[in-house]
Amino acid sequence: MSYLIGKDMTGGYGGADILHGCTIGVEKGEIAVVVGPNGAGKSTAMKAIFGMLALRQGHVMIDGEDISHLKPEERVIKGMGFVPQTNNIFTSMTVEENLEMGAFIRDDDISETMQQVYDLFPILKEKRRQPAGELSGGQRQQVAVGRALMTQPKVLMLDEPTAGVSPIVMDELFDRIIEVARTGIAILMVEQNAKQALHIADKGYVLVQGENRYTDTGAALMANPEVRRAFLGG
Amino acid sequence: MIDLLNALVLITNFIIVPAMTYGSQLALGALGVTMIYSVLRFSNFAHGEMMSFGAMATILMTWYLQGQGVSLGPLPTALIAIPVGIVATIGLVIMTDRLVFRYYRRIRAENVTYLIVSIGVMFFIGGLIRFIIGPNDQVFTDGQRFILKARAFKAMTGLNEGLAIKTTQGITIITAIIMVSFVFWFLNKTRTGKSMRAYSDNEDLALLSGINPERVVMITWIITAALAATAGALYGLDKSYKPFTYLSLLLPIFAAAIVGGVGNPVGAILGGFVIAFSELTLTFAYKKFLTYLLPDSMAPSGLMQLLSTDYKIALSFVILVIVLLIRPTGIIGGKTL
Amino acid sequence: MTGQGSANRYRTALLFSAMAVLLALVGMIQSWNVAFTLLNLCLISAIMTLGVNIQWGYAGLVNFGMMGFTALGGLAGVLVAVPPVTKAVAAGGAGILIALIVAVITVIAAVFIWRRCAGSGRRQLWATTLVVVSGLVVFRLVLDPAVSIIEAIEPAKTGYLGGLGLPILLSWIVGALMAAGVAWVIGKISLGLRSDYLAIATLGISEIIIYVLKNEDWLARGVKNVNGLPRPVPYEVDLQAEPWLISVSEYLDISVIDASSLIVKICYAAFFVVVLAVLYRLAEAALDSPWGRMMRAIRDNEVSANAMGKNVTARHLEVFVIGSAIVGLAGAMLTTLDGQFTPASYQPLRFTFLIWVMVIVGGSGNNAGSILGGFLIWFFWIEAEPIGLWFISAITAGMADDSWLKAHLIENAAHTRLMTMGLVLMLVLRFAPRGLIPEKKR
Repeated sequence: MSYLIGKDMTGGYGGADILHGCTIGVEKGEIAVVVGPNGAGKSTAMKAIFGMLALRQGHVMIDGEDISHLKPEERVIKGMGFVPQTNNIFTSMTVEENLEMGAFIRDDDISETMQQVYDLFPILKEKRRQPAGELSGGQRQQVAVGRALMTQPKVLMLDEPTAGVSPIVMDELFDRIIEVARTGIAILMVEQNAKQALHIADKGYVLVQGENRYTDTGAALMANPEVRRAFLGG
Repeated sequence: MIDLLNALVLITNFIIVPAMTYGSQLALGALGVTMIYSVLRFSNFAHGEMMSFGAMATILMTWYLQGQGVSLGPLPTALIAIPVGIVATIGLVIMTDRLVFRYYRRIRAENVTYLIVSIGVMFFIGGLIRFIIGPNDQVFTDGQRFILKARAFKAMTGLNEGLAIKTTQGITIITAIIMVSFVFWFLNKTRTGKSMRAYSDNEDLALLSGINPERVVMITWIITAALAATAGALYGLDKSYKPFTYLSLLLPIFAAAIVGGVGNPVGAILGGFVIAFSELTLTFAYKKFLTYLLPDSMAPSGLMQLLSTDYKIALSFVILVIVLLIRPTGIIGGKTL
Repeated sequence: MTGQGSANRYRTALLFSAMAVLLALVGMIQSWNVAFTLLNLCLISAIMTLGVNIQWGYAGLVNFGMMGFTALGGLAGVLVAVPPVTKAVAAGGAGILIALIVAVITVIAAVFIWRRCAGSGRRQLWATTLVVVSGLVVFRLVLDPAVSIIEAIEPAKTGYLGGLGLPILLSWIVGALMAAGVAWVIGKISLGLRSDYLAIATLGISEIIIYVLKNEDWLARGVKNVNGLPRPVPYEVDLQAEPWLISVSEYLDISVIDASSLIVKICYAAFFVVVLAVLYRLAEAALDSPWGRMMRAIRDNEVSANAMGKNVTARHLEVFVIGSAIVGLAGAMLTTLDGQFTPASYQPLRFTFLIWVMVIVGGSGNNAGSILGGFLIWFFWIEAEPIGLWFISAITAGMADDSWLKAHLIENAAHTRLMTMGLVLMLVLRFAPRGLIPEKKR
């Protein structure tokens, strides 16, 4: 059983179902990537796991515990971290304040965690007194990830972290994500840039119309001719 | 040299000191308005009446104290009463939020709805105040009137022009500095204050971070009530208390908040002083000032007044309208429209 | 849809009948003169509410400048109907005219320079400021001497330019036009603002208008007021001499003075009812027309209306101008009824915010609702004082006569009306946000 799993998820935003019995899971220290065409329900599946939409069927478990009924804030306490695709930092606050806010639910000493984040993302340490809104796109994404890491989550979920950034920045971001996974955190990532994402993935899920179409290791999916033809441009 | 000094004293006495005082009052009011705007996201038209309520509570307490023979020597007794006024206003404001505004937060009402609701609150509190204390002018200042008297100044310096500083003016400026510093410290250095800024910056992300929205709202109201009560009481001390006047203070306060950059605390302070100084410098008769500075042959004959003093208050509206049209984000740039 | 339609119509009829009963009660308990005064002001309030509703109900615009437009209507009364002060016009009229031309030229020049230098930040600001300041200086140089001359001519009686000496009924139309013109200017520059900013801007502008009226004595005597405006109905003293009036008053068993004043009020009421009826018909027709449908479409979803190519800004401007014109008309009617122009009487509470209470309570987006709201709220605004007094007297009846509390409560009973209005507004917004007569589904 995976550390984090959303099993047989069926549901939507209130009208028609977007997810149809979809299952996504990830182990500690592993990078799982969810790819698929537009409208496949990737972001929806992510939000369902985080609790931002109610499931009609299926459940979400973390470390064996059923958390399907918990609100997102409560899931954070259980060890989930979430980096939204947009509006994921406090633009008017400094980098350091962003990190402080990330750790808001904690009442212990956060300085060690903050140092860890700075070690992971050295550029943030350099610019820690600058308003986050003044940073470049890639740096802002680093702030967003750093913010989510401040609660010392066991699972980190990222919704299209490389959307709208240049290829070089994307590479750097993926490097950082690999570093984060190496510290033992499970990474669940939705990505549009399927090829690059599957490259670093231990496990890959290809979703089409809210269902699992292919599930395999990243390397295997990249080698799969059908997958290549349909989603990876040959 | 003497002429230069005289000119400077003239400006200080008639422009700088009054503008600092008025600016402080506006700044305190504008800070409250801007905080409500950035956290609760609406323009609170009832703010003037909240100030009036704070002033009223302070007055009632002051009368009680005066009746008991309590006095603060040269300082106005009201200073002791202001904390009571603050507590009363906090109570009023929290109750209003609970009974009135909270419902609209729950149903995610539009911005306009809050506006109109705040008009209802304005009516109600206004009526309540008049009901309790009556509509007439109330003077509740006591203690020494002047920190520095014009005559004493002239005797000290031997200058032609006198500089007078009223006790209330000094108190207003000092109190404003203290309160504003506290608010800034709170917003920038404390965890709760930062969480308020976070909530104002990005509500969804703040909720995700586990920040409790109702707590943020309540603290915002508390701080705003304290600022409003203080501003109201100080204004009443300095001029005199008449329930009616606070509606007309509302516009200069909105003007100050918007001119400085609404949603931005620094902007509110800046805006307050910009409005106050503009009002006074643009309607001042510079005849005597120029007479001091220019050689006798060029001394002006007319009043040298750009706009008549009647237009003092209208000026803040004009500035407000101009800012709204040309640069709605204000001088410092608060939340965009 | 007929079910809902007839239910609404039934409800409307019921509410209006209730209103009539209330007015009749006032007539019987207090006096018929009071009742008719109330009726006349109710009619005027209803017209103002109609005007505001056109802006709010049709287009969702928040206009807090009612006070200014009403005052402009009143000003029209003065400018149209008062006989000209020939001496003043001869001495200073030219000066005023030149000054106004200078002002207009300055504004046009400033706008022109602003547009020309757009994009070069600093230069734009400095150039425009230069134009405005120099224009202001020239303006003052021309205006001030003219003003002193005019205001020096018999300041106790006139001290201003006077008017055109035309029939005062004409001022109703002129008032509407003046308000429309000013609204056009205001709308052109501020309709792009978001709701609460528009509210603040319009409030500020209306304060400026009142300020100018209070201080520019040469225009309408400022706070010295203009009394004795001509009227469209007979004077009481003239009526009192009429034999038919004397027999009527004997028949009704009231004094001749009362009878004459009653007749005058009824005459005004007749005028006002006609105006109201015409406006209502027009408003209803507009709502049903394609124009009305488009307005509602824009209000309900501005973004898609824009995407569909509807010129939202132009439509908003139209609505803003028309609504304000109606308020201006009402303002002229009010000044005609009062027989005098008192700038100091234009308070935001009474003219702007109270009308908004009327709109919300009556029913946003519904014309009949606006009329009812105007009637009802004005009725309670005035009657709250006697009712409140009666109520408090009843409560305090048991208290000792020299009790401080009792005296205090009775003295301040009048202020309960502010609290009541606030309470009414809050209750309606919370529990019946669509008002007493909700918008009909069309």
